[in-house]
Amino acid sequence: MYTDIVMDHFMNPRNVGEIENADGIGEVGNIKCGDIMRIYIKVENDVIEDIKFKTFGCGSAIAASSVATEIIMGMTVEDALKVTNKQVIDALGGLPPVKIHCSVLAEQALKAAIYDYATKNNLEFEGLKGYNPVEDHDHHDVVDIEF
Amino acid sequence: MKRIYMDYSATTPVKQEVLDAMLPYFTEHFGNASSIHGYGQDAKKALEASRATIAGTIGAPADTFYFTGGGSEADNWALKGVMKANKNKGNHLITCKIEHHGILHTCETLEKEGFEVTYLDVDSEGMISLETLEAAIKPSTVMISIMFVNNEIGTMQPIAEIGKIARKHGLIFHTDAVQALGNVRINVDELNVDLMSFSAHKIYGPKGIGGLYIRKGIKIQNLIEGGAQERKRRAGTENLPGVVGFAKAAEIANENLDAHIEKLTYLRDRLVKGILESVEYSKSNGHPTLRHPGNVNVCFEFIEGEALLLSLNAKGIAGSSGSACTSGSLDPSHVLMSIGLPHEIAHGSLRLSLGDFNTEEEVDYAVESLVEVVHKLRMMSPLYDKVKGGK
Repeated sequence: MYTDIVMDHFMNPRNVGEIENADGIGEVGNIKCGDIMRIYIKVENDVIEDIKFKTFGCGSAIAASSVATEIIMGMTVEDALKVTNKQVIDALGGLPPVKIHCSVLAEQALKAAIYDYATKNNLEFEGLKGYNPVEDHDHHDVVDIEF
Repeated sequence: MKRIYMDYSATTPVKQEVLDAMLPYFTEHFGNASSIHGYGQDAKKALEASRATIAGTIGAPADTFYFTGGGSEADNWALKGVMKANKNKGNHLITCKIEHHGILHTCETLEKEGFEVTYLDVDSEGMISLETLEAAIKPSTVMISIMFVNNEIGTMQPIAEIGKIARKHGLIFHTDAVQALGNVRINVDELNVDLMSFSAHKIYGPKGIGGLYIRKGIKIQNLIEGGAQERKRRAGTENLPGVVGFAKAAEIANENLDAHIEKLTYLRDRLVKGILESVEYSKSNGHPTLRHPGNVNVCFEFIEGEALLLSLNAKGIAGSSGSACTSGSLDPSHVLMSIGLPHEIAHGSLRLSLGDFNTEEEVDYAVESLVEVVHKLRMMSPLYDKVKGGK
């Protein structure tokens, strides 16, 4: 059902936990649907110096969170905003179709964390233009992804 | 790594004695039971002996037991067959919300065809109310179908009392006994049952074979049309190895029933107690005593069932869950919803169903593993640190 990479990230998740005095925190998903993802970021000179996550959800939700933190660690904020769920899926070696929304959740949680950082610091980022944190959170809407 | 199977309600391994009984019917005694020659007559003899054996274990005459392709077929046949054959009496059927999909989806099909179905609620332990059942009966009611033992939470319905109500109102009573056979003493007369569904692979028999008990005098239409097998009621060349295996499994289950119930009940209670005592924020589902002897169903707060199953599997333990992620839909199982669990609790459900090959050591290992795995997942969960004050 899952690739070896998914299982590795699920069994040995990278960057689990919290960052004290994080510069941005993003939480998406909802408890009714069975998955909630929270991402913490530490930003220095526009670079994401540290990133951690906490996730309530299935194996692929945890794996997607883990692999997303690996992708994003050390990126500039603008580059991080360009990371898509497709990259998360690719890094995991693929996800079953019913689990695609887990990768969307990871992308959204990151965006929400950067939005939090931007709002707190009165910053504007190209990748956040038109971003609405409330609208963006319903990950169970139909997700169109081309493979 | 040691592997521990705790998913006996999903299916069971075929016992060696069962397999030994079946094997000659693939090769030596391969005849078609409808044939006139010796090969056919040997098969016919085995078929009827098997029928008598199984019927005997449920206190039924041999000629009231019909072989089917499994439990789902038996459920389909009972409901569609009875409702269609008794249209002159009415079009209403009463069942309950926690039935197996073999019943629920059949009811949905019947509704599309113009039949009316009442789905009774269950209480927080999964029990139907006899008063509500009786109140749901109308002049157009033909049939009641209530499962014997629930496959997810193990709750055992008061079948004899339901049967009494059905008798009193002149209704036909069917029960899906797929999880009951081999786990509780069954007598169709004492239970006032008119039709009963069975499956062999839940009692250490082979997959793809089951049966339907049909009390004499019950009007029922055929589901599978064709040849004259099963006294013209269920067409198709008989699955002789399956039939023989089913009979052997039923015979063994019947002989060892008391010891089986005693052993499983002990292991079940030890497992539940171990989990509830060593994992905080956990809760047992289903009726505390009126339940399947091997069924354990527990919810762990703040974590999700599929993640739990994968983690347990990594420790060699095979279980199942009613979480949305394992049911393939966005909602947790209909059974967990029907007993009133909130979504977030139902997402963290785990079913461990014990069977004849489990041991006390395995049960203790499962508890130890659960403590570890649940802790690990909770440390990752943003819901848990809200409770633990950000620790």
